Amino acid sequence: MNLEKLMRIDRRLIFLLIALAVIFPLLFPIGLPTHLSKPVQDTFNAVDSIPPDGPPLMLSIDYDPAAMPELYPMTLAILRHCFSRNIRVLVLSLHRAGPGIGEMATTRIAKEYGKKEGEDYVYLGFKPGFGAVILRMGEDIHGAFLTDYYNRPIGEIPMMREIHNYDDIPLVICLSAAAIPELWMMYAGSRYHQTIAAGVTAVSAADYYPFLQTDQLVGLIGGLKGASEYEKLVNELEERLGVDKKRKESLSKEEYEKLQVSHSKASAGMDSQSIAHLVIIAFIVIGNVAYFAQRRRKR
Amino acid sequence: MTTIVLLTLLYLQISPPKDVRVFDTPNDAGGSITITWESSPDAEGYRILRMALPDSVYTPVDWVDAATKRYVDKVEDGVKYRYIIRTERGSAYADSEPTDEVWSHGNVFHRGRTNVLIGVAVYTTLLLSFIYFAKRGKKLFVRKIAGLDAVDEAIGRATEMGKPVLYIPGLSTISDVATLASLNILGRIARKAAVHGTRVIVPNRNPIVMPVCQEIVREACLDVGRPDVYREDDIFYITFSQFGYTAAVDGIMLREKPAANFFLGMFWAESLILAETGASTGAIQIAGTDAIHQLPFFITACDYTLIGEELYAASAYLSREPLSLGSLKGQDWTKLIIGGLIVAGVILVSFGSDWFLGLFSS
Amino acid sequence: MRRQLPLAICFVMGVSMVVQFFIPHRVSQEFYRTILDWYRIVFAFSLVLGTGTLIKVHWAKISKKSKGWQYSIITIGGLVFMLAVGFITGIQEGTLFMKIFEYVEVPLEATMFSLLAFYIASAAYRAFRARTVEATLLLIAAVVLMLGRIPFGYYLWHKIPGIAEWILTNPNMAAKRGIVIGVGLGMISTALKIILGIERSYIGGGK
Repeated sequence: MNLEKLMRIDRRLIFLLIALAVIFPLLFPIGLPTHLSKPVQDTFNAVDSIPPDGPPLMLSIDYDPAAMPELYPMTLAILRHCFSRNIRVLVLSLHRAGPGIGEMATTRIAKEYGKKEGEDYVYLGFKPGFGAVILRMGEDIHGAFLTDYYNRPIGEIPMMREIHNYDDIPLVICLSAAAIPELWMMYAGSRYHQTIAAGVTAVSAADYYPFLQTDQLVGLIGGLKGASEYEKLVNELEERLGVDKKRKESLSKEEYEKLQVSHSKASAGMDSQSIAHLVIIAFIVIGNVAYFAQRRRKR
Repeated sequence: MTTIVLLTLLYLQISPPKDVRVFDTPNDAGGSITITWESSPDAEGYRILRMALPDSVYTPVDWVDAATKRYVDKVEDGVKYRYIIRTERGSAYADSEPTDEVWSHGNVFHRGRTNVLIGVAVYTTLLLSFIYFAKRGKKLFVRKIAGLDAVDEAIGRATEMGKPVLYIPGLSTISDVATLASLNILGRIARKAAVHGTRVIVPNRNPIVMPVCQEIVREACLDVGRPDVYREDDIFYITFSQFGYTAAVDGIMLREKPAANFFLGMFWAESLILAETGASTGAIQIAGTDAIHQLPFFITACDYTLIGEELYAASAYLSREPLSLGSLKGQDWTKLIIGGLIVAGVILVSFGSDWFLGLFSS
Repeated sequence: MRRQLPLAICFVMGVSMVVQFFIPHRVSQEFYRTILDWYRIVFAFSLVLGTGTLIKVHWAKISKKSKGWQYSIITIGGLVFMLAVGFITGIQEGTLFMKIFEYVEVPLEATMFSLLAFYIASAAYRAFRARTVEATLLLIAAVVLMLGRIPFGYYLWHKIPGIAEWILTNPNMAAKRGIVIGVGLGMISTALKIILGIERSYIGGGK
């Protein structure tokens, strides 16, 4: 009878334990260290190789709020990386629900690093049509986006004067919870030989490994783990460049600590993910122990 | 005076780039010329100089760093040009010999895609041949696909219980082939359901897919002589938001309690949320997708799952039309050819022969 | 005629797009660009169509007082409200529109997505039973991957993340490529059948 019960645990109990496994580490952080993986390091290196104040990185925010817990920390970390190295950024969104996220992320990080809209970064906003927009930008970005997110004609934006198509973009990073990186690879990659990296949710990360092997992607940031790795790399870089030291000197203690917390959001989330994974493994083990015990009893 | 001497000495030490070649950029729409050169060990960078004939003055076009060995210049079609590549180091420089005359024009065939053209031609020929044989009455064997055999059972169950059938045509756009395959299956399922007078509910996430679904179900009902079964309100648009849509469909499953749920088409992270909710209502569930990373979720939570290409084969399997079945055979033979090419490639590359790989690159 | 015309358009456009792929000439590129622009315009209009049916369906529910009609009021109310707020306040950071986006839509959608964690746990518990050799291999791979994706796996045994990576880049990729080849051929075959008019159930035709 007990074995029978273990074989069929009420799913509400599973839900409850998962909820606890997620909530507790968020309230009481464990601070598990992060270990770097090659695809994330490669993405970081690809961004790092873009010369300061030169051609911009294109960052495509192709996800909706649902994927924010995993992809938003990535977005912030990439923007921080660019702005701390004075790399210019061209932000856009191909997802209907992406523009709000893009606006939130770029405005906040640009303000934090004192970057000027139109000179250090441009926010193009949303354009419907996925593949059609990617292809159109290969011909002419000014034709695909007539105005930026704030309705300013593209031709009037100082940074955009030197940017016409993918020839002027050293790297595109697509952040998506769906199959949009495949569209970038298919259209911008195959047709225009654009270098592309992707940031995706953990559930779809396995899907993109083949593209790393074929060099269709130069790097991959997978899920919260990838985000925490990128965050770690950026934090280390800022320490090396002295950005962190300057920040510490110019801000009050509370403001500095608040920023430190927001710069380690993904790493903090990894604690929850770790415990949740362990709980799932525990349930799998329980289910199997009960299964084998029941089978032995039947014999 | 000393400066001039030093500069002259520096100038003498600098070597120009060698082997400068110019040609009309291949496989393009025109309007560009490609220049390549062997780098000079002294270069800090290169300046590209261009002269449009009949002018006699070279004007600077661009500057590139020392690592660059190739430059694509945007020009006017039909105009003749000459180029000079100048090695630069500080204020010293050395010019290459002027190139031959060159002009650009648009190409009418992309030679880099010849292999794709051959592949498409072979595959199309195979498909059309098998379709031809099928048309002439040749019997074609198609293996059993359990998920599709269960379609009748699922609709029958819904009819017996007096409950509707829920059909999700995926969350993607009409230009996604998985959506098109799903719409083909919807036609078959709507026909079977209409015969029994069973309702088919089709919530849509894409506004273009929605009217197509309405038309398919309406035509299916008309074709089997049951226009009374068609209810336009059962095929509706919800929202473009992925999880807003998921929440709405979950709500429909819990309120309407459909006896059969079909999840066929392109799915993303919502797949398990939909399938688990459906499983909790006790509905018979048939899923099919070419989104590989969603397959494990469907396999876990659904009764039957069509894996990858089975989704595309489903319409032919359900209709048993010889024309469609012929195309399936063509697919199988092409897979056999691809398998053979992969084995040959592995063997050849293992023995150090790379020419075979070259056949497949653009 | 009602069916012949869409089939003819489909055939002409399908063949044109295939031919266009092999022609890099300016005329061909212009044609392609025009098609892309058309697609974007059609897509924008389809949003109007979709919103129209959304209003129509919910309006019918309200007027017929069907079951749950009150929720339809919320749906239409929400739609009109967000539209009005967007037009009045603009959509920049700090506006009411962005606040609703950040504090209503973001948490709502994130909540739906987070259900996945709960469902994965219950589905994994049900599915991963070592019933056969294949199922056991699947179970071991799943556990190694789960451990490999968290720092704890590294502490348990420093080679676990490497093994997890190996599973992803070797057996996983091999199986995936097999499926992808089949999917690719299926796609071309379906597209070809549609272009040639063999498969026409998407316009309500076929037997």
